[in-house]
Amino acid sequence: MIGLSEATVRFGARTVVDRLSFSVPVGRSLAILGPNGRGKTTALRAMLGFQHLHAGTRSAPTIVGYVPQVSVNNQRLRAIDIAVMGRAAHLGLFRQPRDEDYAVARAALGRTGAAGYAERPFDRLSGGERQLVLLARALATGSDVLVLDEPAAALDLHNQERLLVLLESLRQERHKAIVFTTHDPNHALAAADDALLMMPDGSALFGPVAETMTPAHLERLYGVPMRTVDLPGPAGILHRAVLPAFAGAPAG
Amino acid sequence: MSSVSEGLAARDGMPGGSPTWTRTTLVFAAFLALLCVSLLVSLCAGRFGVPVTRALALIWQGLTDPSAPLQAMDERIVLLVRMPRVVLAALAGGGLAVCGAALQGVFRNPLVSPDILGISQGAAFGGALAIMLGIWGFPLIAMVFVAGMAALVLVGFLARVSGRTETVTVILSGLVVSSVFAAVVSLLQFVADPETSLPAIVYWLMGSFSSATWARVLIAAPGLILGAALLWSLRFRLNVLALDEAEAKSLGARTERERWLVFALVAVIVGSQVAVSGIIGWIGIVIPHAARLLVGHDHRRMLPASILLGAAFTTIIDTLARTVTAAEIPLGVITALVGAPIFAVLLRNHYRERTGR
Repeated sequence: MIGLSEATVRFGARTVVDRLSFSVPVGRSLAILGPNGRGKTTALRAMLGFQHLHAGTRSAPTIVGYVPQVSVNNQRLRAIDIAVMGRAAHLGLFRQPRDEDYAVARAALGRTGAAGYAERPFDRLSGGERQLVLLARALATGSDVLVLDEPAAALDLHNQERLLVLLESLRQERHKAIVFTTHDPNHALAAADDALLMMPDGSALFGPVAETMTPAHLERLYGVPMRTVDLPGPAGILHRAVLPAFAGAPAG
Repeated sequence: MSSVSEGLAARDGMPGGSPTWTRTTLVFAAFLALLCVSLLVSLCAGRFGVPVTRALALIWQGLTDPSAPLQAMDERIVLLVRMPRVVLAALAGGGLAVCGAALQGVFRNPLVSPDILGISQGAAFGGALAIMLGIWGFPLIAMVFVAGMAALVLVGFLARVSGRTETVTVILSGLVVSSVFAAVVSLLQFVADPETSLPAIVYWLMGSFSSATWARVLIAAPGLILGAALLWSLRFRLNVLALDEAEAKSLGARTERERWLVFALVAVIVGSQVAVSGIIGWIGIVIPHAARLLVGHDHRRMLPASILLGAAFTTIIDTLARTVTAAEIPLGVITALVGAPIFAVLLRNHYRERTGR
């Protein structure tokens, strides 16, 4: 269980998050959507306790599988040494990771499909590869909460697909509470049960994807006319997609 | 240079890592050999030369029969004069180097060192004040330690701007605090009794192992050994603390508190070192960098490598200080002459890397 209740965050005089409430129980996935600067990352940070709450409460376990947007790290470590840090909370201050911790980290790298470059230096990996290593580190914590800050922001289409398949398979297992922020409403359709729409006017809409991710709500969210279409996937099953109907040259 | 560390990092074995322990073992065996050779050379070299075999025999005698009366000239020189000096230099060097390594980790910046943080100058103030008040022995060490810690706390408060600690503000705050304490030390020297306390303060501040005795080794060793051992046991945690603040917290680290634990251990080590041998700069910044080049960035290898290299380097520098010329060269002069150019190169490389040019 992770979430915020009536949470308010202020930067000086500016209220970035205003009486925001949502909660994600174990077994459900939440996608947080909103325009730039609306406070998606701030909401995540507030939820994890990295950001002071002006009012309201947060709930989160002590150990959280957290995947940052970019990992600022000037250490040159191997991917496996990054992943094994997921065990840090279980080791405390003075203990060193042992073989069983490395086994957990390797299993996590295997789960995210990053086992192939476990021995390679992390800082020499591509953005997509790093994301998968950081996700493996989050899984290696063993926490039942997974929080990802714009996990797909820097990824090309192929890597977005990989990540979404992974998030969807984690959602299907129903073992974790998963929260991720994204700019693309299709990511929410692909891998979330619920959506939190942080509207430009400061209000927020929280509920199951089917009720929240409607063209009308998304138009309010992005200020762009939105349309939904059903597209056949590779297996012939129809997938819903949301697209902006940008102004511009008409078709044909 | 980065290719060296990466090559090592990629091939080296860690627990549960790839199977090759050999490379790491070899590198560390080389460090250990370097340390042993430098210790032995330091025991033998000097105006009164002692053959290596005789020195080894004397060490053996000192270890097996420490209470035997020392009569021969070479016995007294090796066991009473040079040995405590060598031991103290090695312990202090290892301690300073591991301090630098740990601080560079928690500040996420390879340019931080114990002396840049103002700890040394703060400790110097504590020591100078103690000498002026006629305090020696353990109370002096306590004052040195408290003053060093106070300097660090000051830097910590100055550098925290709206809850965040930027590396640039830390380094600048360290500079400010260092300058203030240096000024106060000058003031103490100005008002000190020129007959008694002034020479003692000046001599002590210069930084030297020439006054080393077994009694001084016993005063400094507990803090140096305990501090270094505790920092070493934090080696995996330092990998976590070197991550971004939010990442480290999400992994269960109570970053603020744990950083202060590291600072306190650094203050114990630097306080112990300054108390018996004055201010010795540069070792804490140059040695960790060398260690990082040789064994990679992982603190689990970098910290022990820093200890061994720091001990060997300081022993060698101290040997040079007392053998190159007839009069002894102050240690700080040599470390600055060697360290400052290395620091300049580091600084330029660091910013070139950050700006991508």
